[in-house]
Amino acid sequence: MQTAVIRFPASNCDRDAAVALEKITGRKPLIIWHRETELPAGVGFVVMPGGFSYGDYLRSGAIASRSPIVQDIKAKSERGLAVAGFCNGFQILTEAGMLPGALMRNKNLKFVCRPERLTVTNANSRFTSNYDAKSEVVFPVAHHDGNYFADKETIGRVEKEGRVLFRYANNPNGSINDIAGIVNEGGNVFGMMPHPERAIDPLHGGTDGIDLFKSILETL
Amino acid sequence: MKALVYVGLKPGVLDPQGRTIARSLNDLGFAEVESALQGKVIELNLSGDDIVAAEARVTAMCEKLLANTVIENYRIEMRAE
Repeated sequence: MQTAVIRFPASNCDRDAAVALEKITGRKPLIIWHRETELPAGVGFVVMPGGFSYGDYLRSGAIASRSPIVQDIKAKSERGLAVAGFCNGFQILTEAGMLPGALMRNKNLKFVCRPERLTVTNANSRFTSNYDAKSEVVFPVAHHDGNYFADKETIGRVEKEGRVLFRYANNPNGSINDIAGIVNEGGNVFGMMPHPERAIDPLHGGTDGIDLFKSILETL
Repeated sequence: MKALVYVGLKPGVLDPQGRTIARSLNDLGFAEVESALQGKVIELNLSGDDIVAAEARVTAMCEKLLANTVIENYRIEMRAE
């Protein structure tokens, strides 16, 4: 499976994502610069990496979400392309309108950087099928704007449709309903603030992230 | 001409920064501050002289980039100067 990582100015987890994808697929992902206008043919899974694209100017992820390559990825995701965004990547996906809601300043106004326990809320999705239902995982978090917000109606719909895949055990940022990660209606676009791509090597403190990549890659 | 774009959070959206500002003002003795909302002002210098057409373009800019209408409202003030 050919995968790809999109690189924006000031992405800083693009390499982490690339290492994770290569480890799991055995094949180097393509690194695609944000000015590109079209995803190369044959790419089956795209990762929007973490970082501070455009210095978080205007709003985190806002300017990156308007870049040429994101328009192509958005169009292809509407036809089923699998996409995951972690941290700044999640912010880019919400800003692009590929996922509902928005990521706001953390409720306590602090940058949080630590391993965080999460519950797998729904293990029947393309991104979580390798996890046991209700199991707990530990992924690192490192963000200032991770406070997930959406209006009542949207939250109600997302909850009812089982689209919350992960929740925080100890909410670090004020997210509504402890939401840590959600999928779109089609189940092919996923975003979360924590970093599964930094939880793939025992030397880095844990390997709970591997099953997330395995889950989605096995469906392709 | 100039466009001033005021972007702020919609009512009902929690504004932790605004809350902290209000609390801090209270601590400094400004007890009359009941709440604060933090937003931003974006000042655009624009070419052309058709202010009506320009305002329509600035509205498009707000919808496309300057505001995230999931959480934010915006208000535009046009100035001929």
